[in-house]
Amino acid sequence: MEISKEKFRHVGINEEKSQSIVRPSMTYWQDAWRRLKKNKIAMLGLIIIIIMTIMSIIGPMMVPYHHSDNNLSITNQAPNREHWFGTDDLGRDIWARIWVGARVSLFIGLMAALLDTLIGVLVGGVSGFYGGKVDMIIMRFIDVMIAIPSMIFIILIMVIVNAGVGAIIISFAITGWLSMARLVRGQILQLKEQEFVLAARTLGANSSRLILKHLIPNTLGVIIVSLTMRIPSAIFTEAFLSFIGLGVKPPTPSWGQLASTGAAVLRVYPFRLFIPAFFISITMLSLNLFGDGLRDALDPRLRK
Amino acid sequence: MVRYIGKRFVISLITIWILATLTFFLIRLLPGDPFTSEKITPEIKANMMKYYGLDKPLPVQYATYMGNLLKGDMGYSLRYKNREVNNIIADAFPASADLGLRSLVFSVILGLILGIVAALNHNKFWDYACMVIAVIGVSVPSFVVGSLIQYLFGIKWKLLPVAQWKSFAHTIMPTFALGLGTLALIARLMRTSMLEVVGQDYIKTAKAKGLSPAQVTIKHQIRNAILPVVTVLGPLVASLLTGTFVIEQIFAIPGLGRHYVVSIQNLDYTMVMGLTIFFGAFLVLMNFLVDIAYGLVDPRIRVGK
Repeated sequence: MEISKEKFRHVGINEEKSQSIVRPSMTYWQDAWRRLKKNKIAMLGLIIIIIMTIMSIIGPMMVPYHHSDNNLSITNQAPNREHWFGTDDLGRDIWARIWVGARVSLFIGLMAALLDTLIGVLVGGVSGFYGGKVDMIIMRFIDVMIAIPSMIFIILIMVIVNAGVGAIIISFAITGWLSMARLVRGQILQLKEQEFVLAARTLGANSSRLILKHLIPNTLGVIIVSLTMRIPSAIFTEAFLSFIGLGVKPPTPSWGQLASTGAAVLRVYPFRLFIPAFFISITMLSLNLFGDGLRDALDPRLRK
Repeated sequence: MVRYIGKRFVISLITIWILATLTFFLIRLLPGDPFTSEKITPEIKANMMKYYGLDKPLPVQYATYMGNLLKGDMGYSLRYKNREVNNIIADAFPASADLGLRSLVFSVILGLILGIVAALNHNKFWDYACMVIAVIGVSVPSFVVGSLIQYLFGIKWKLLPVAQWKSFAHTIMPTFALGLGTLALIARLMRTSMLEVVGQDYIKTAKAKGLSPAQVTIKHQIRNAILPVVTVLGPLVASLLTGTFVIEQIFAIPGLGRHYVVSIQNLDYTMVMGLTIFFGAFLVLMNFLVDIAYGLVDPRIRVGK
């Protein structure tokens, strides 16, 4: 094939067009959300979590039974038309108890994760930002505390603060903020040497503004991912403690506590364990899948 | 390296001391006393308190306890009359250690295999299959797995003994239930690590040298990918150990985990303290060893320089 001059034509430069932006510019969060939406498994997780949350609100209202109504004439019924998930040994409707339990378990998971994240971010932020002696003392303290197995620590606190929803949240936060603080400190140490921090400082920003407005927002991705991973771990801890009889005390239902009472009658009424166990597992699974997807979506290295 | 080990050792000691102190004072904040649930007259109770030294002021009790602890004496259980805490631990530890060790071996070996298989078949069927197993393993709590397999294999199909800790058949279900979560974590970690290593230059070099794919995978990829897995072994041992609390309860295994839960419910001060310190010290030691092992295994990290 011959390439002659006639085959080409001069196009010239369109001054206006060369400056225009072809694609809409995207912020970091828009881009992350776009990638998250493409991840079907993570979205499935998100949808299940939303359904669980909605059901925990409206679920108990869908049946004419209150979650603590006793009815000794219908104890330990298998799931049937009147009682969709059956009844327990006091004739209480398990459907109602499951969804009230969902409120307790999800509330514990969310609050515990939020609280320990908040403490961890503040301490880690201060420690990483100021460095020097403050950092040294805080990090040595964390080194020592983190070596104490958190479950043992949580159990001890639970015993003292009188088992209950508040106690679980507090004990979880007390042990949970350590690793978050380490994570945030590491991030801050990297970020604070970058130019935009210098620029902000030159413009007269004080320390608290630097930490709150510049450094922490830039670590937000890592913090959010860690937060989503903390929720299932808090739900698990609640279930674990309730299962060995140190968590939420009856009559308040929580998933772990329902599983615990169910396990006691496993031989005769296996459904009493399997129903709460199913909800614990499916919730943890959804949260883990969503967290994985979120981590991929927020990771700038995977940005295309 | 020596300085690093020394520093880590001191931190470990401080940790154990803080743990012991915290436990000592926390446990005494509890409402009630160890004899609340026993029907005894106030005089007898006063006598008992005196016998166990519980009537003395706190600082004195603390000093006595710490002194004895240094000598390795953790006192007598308040519940099991005339039994030393040391004695109970020595009795119950073998079962727990046996269970823990079996689970560790099971989960590490299978977890590594799963992770390697997944990474070598990246984005193919086996990758997805392995990762589905891993995600389920992370998400389903050990007590759910334990109860479920106990019901299916023990009660319904009668394939394995339902509970207790006697023959090899007895150990299968508890080991599986305890190890599954750890297995899943290791598999995920190993997969990520393998995929990261694949992109490194030394893999290209190895291939360019003309090594066979199997040699590249075994000698270069797996050996380097295993390093991050070593770092998490410490925390994993911790999670296995606390996992025994429920697994021992479900399968009626006479181990330390059960004693721990029961003694907390009974406010058996000396037992709770003894077990907490024992667990704590054990885990601190594990972390210490893992850290040192990591320093030795990875030539890039001559820590503490």
